[in-house]
Amino acid sequence: MNTISRPSFRSLNQEGIVFAIAVVLFVVAAIGLPGFIDPNNLVAIVRSVSVLGILALGMAVVVIGRGIDLSAVAIMAMSVAWYLQLLNTGTPDGLAFAYVLAGVLAIGLLNGFLVAYADVPAIFVTLATGSFVFGYVRSQLITQDAVPVPQGHWVELLGGRRFLDIPIEVFVFAGLAFLFFLFLRYTKWGRYIYFAGDNPVAARNIGIPVRPMLVLRYVLSALVALIAGLLTAASLHSINTRVVNSTLLYDIVLVAVIGGIGLSGGRGGVRNVLVGAALIGILLNAMTIIDIPLLYQNLIKAAILLGAIIVDGIINPRDEQTAQQGDI
Amino acid sequence: MKFIRTFMAAATALAVTAFVAPTFAADDPGPAAYAQALKGKRVMLVPLAMGFDLAQGWAHFLKKEVEGWGGVFETRDPNWVVDAGAQAITDAISSDTRPDVLIIHAPDLNSYSKLMKKAQAAGTYVILVDNPANFPADAFVGSDWDRLGQLEAEAAIKGCGENSSKKLGLVQGDQANSSSLYQYAGIMKVLDKHPDFKVVAKPDSNWDATTSRNVTTTMLQQNPDICAIIDFWDGDATGASAAIRDAKLDGKVFLVTTGGGEKAADCDKLQDGTYGAVVMTDLARQSGDMNAIIKFLLQSGQPAGTSHTYIYTLEKATTKADLKPDSCWDLKALQAEAAAK
Repeated sequence: MNTISRPSFRSLNQEGIVFAIAVVLFVVAAIGLPGFIDPNNLVAIVRSVSVLGILALGMAVVVIGRGIDLSAVAIMAMSVAWYLQLLNTGTPDGLAFAYVLAGVLAIGLLNGFLVAYADVPAIFVTLATGSFVFGYVRSQLITQDAVPVPQGHWVELLGGRRFLDIPIEVFVFAGLAFLFFLFLRYTKWGRYIYFAGDNPVAARNIGIPVRPMLVLRYVLSALVALIAGLLTAASLHSINTRVVNSTLLYDIVLVAVIGGIGLSGGRGGVRNVLVGAALIGILLNAMTIIDIPLLYQNLIKAAILLGAIIVDGIINPRDEQTAQQGDI
Repeated sequence: MKFIRTFMAAATALAVTAFVAPTFAADDPGPAAYAQALKGKRVMLVPLAMGFDLAQGWAHFLKKEVEGWGGVFETRDPNWVVDAGAQAITDAISSDTRPDVLIIHAPDLNSYSKLMKKAQAAGTYVILVDNPANFPADAFVGSDWDRLGQLEAEAAIKGCGENSSKKLGLVQGDQANSSSLYQYAGIMKVLDKHPDFKVVAKPDSNWDATTSRNVTTTMLQQNPDICAIIDFWDGDATGASAAIRDAKLDGKVFLVTTGGGEKAADCDKLQDGTYGAVVMTDLARQSGDMNAIIKFLLQSGQPAGTSHTYIYTLEKATTKADLKPDSCWDLKALQAEAAAK
């Protein structure tokens, strides 16, 4: 507990709490679990949350702008499944990729358009487009849940790439995190996202192009999902569309929210995603080393989440001044 | 056409036999009784999902046979969602075209028990396939998962050899699905007889390849000298194999799994050394067993829920050494055949 010097409870927000929990877990695991502190294991931890973290970055940008993207996992799995299916049936690589990229952009634009211009709540729009993407691709474009990567294809080779013995996903995650950090912190449009998320009406009144920016965020999220899907396929040499039915989507929201990005928008950043991902990564790795059955793992994960939220609720109570309109 | 030609040929053969040996009856009563009992009967398959090799293989063989005897074959696709499967079964039972035989691939031991009871009460025969459930179905056709686990453990022990670390890792499915629970029990039975072999870790994959990869990475990190890993399904064993590849332990860790014996999923991966051994289900024979029991039940005249038969499919652990051209069936070929029709 030396890392946080005498926390004054007033300034400790959820990010701080989660960071403290992560550090405590890390120290306990490092002392108590043999092999946990091994550099290879630490790399494995980062790698295990890389794809999750990348998806959470996309989600974070959308959530900060007071939205949510429930179609991320469907876009991730189905775009890559379609891409691989096209390759397996003999479509030239460039053309196949162009199709898929166009499809992903189209869904991102559709999400953004419906939220920004048709004023449909994001939660319903993306829930619907996610189901649509899954249903359409699964029934019309691919024949199997699992689509293999053709032998010798660049996606397969990508999965074997290492720098300094560290898998490529880790670098992609780090690179994207840095880019998103620069975007959110130092670009005008990045700053505008916070204004729009905090108070959309005021943002619009001072002349910020709120609607085009909304569209941009959903397109960004869709593209990030495509990257996450390609990395998944690279590592496993196939993509299984069953992942759409898994808890991955909730885990993405979890990583973003537990790190302290409020669902009401306007707060948080890349650091929150990293803190959330670190906690989940350390937790899952430690529980796997101890060999805790999956049922208990979910219970423990949920309990820690709930604990963090409750502590946050006690330390930072909501009142009329801090509460925002449009809180989910 | 083929049926008519066969029928004509059979009729001619019968006529000739009747002429040569007039002491025999002129008419075999079998075909007529068979046709009367079966014609127009409805068979419905409700698997966990239609999108994976086992279900597509079953559907192919069942459809061919059922339509062959003039029945109606249908499938429902719950797409791995238990509720959707329950809805499909409920709708089927209460619809005007209630199936005469319902073939159910149960997601766990208990979920569909009440519905299956309802189906039987309505007069529909219930056949459980692949996954056992806590319900006395008219028949269970599938693997003896306990025995299957034993075969996996034996293959793993053989793959390790006597001079190995004798450390095994398991990647289980989950703690609810009977196939996972019984597989584990079977593995443990064999290991009781080989006390020198130890299971050093037994995480769950939740049948997800990415999870399988992550837990296997951790497992190999903690125990780099593991000599064999048993992953409970070829659907997620791609993850375990990726972890082995990433740890640069290919050839050192013997990966055992089980699957439907589909070419791309199993045989190709035995061939390229990804899997050391696969306990494969003979899918064509398993489907044949289902077809036989369907024909029996429909002719038996017995009320649904009377018999409780177990028909276990013969399982075998296949390695690269005993791989034959016909060890696997080819889903692509079946799909091409279906598309050509």
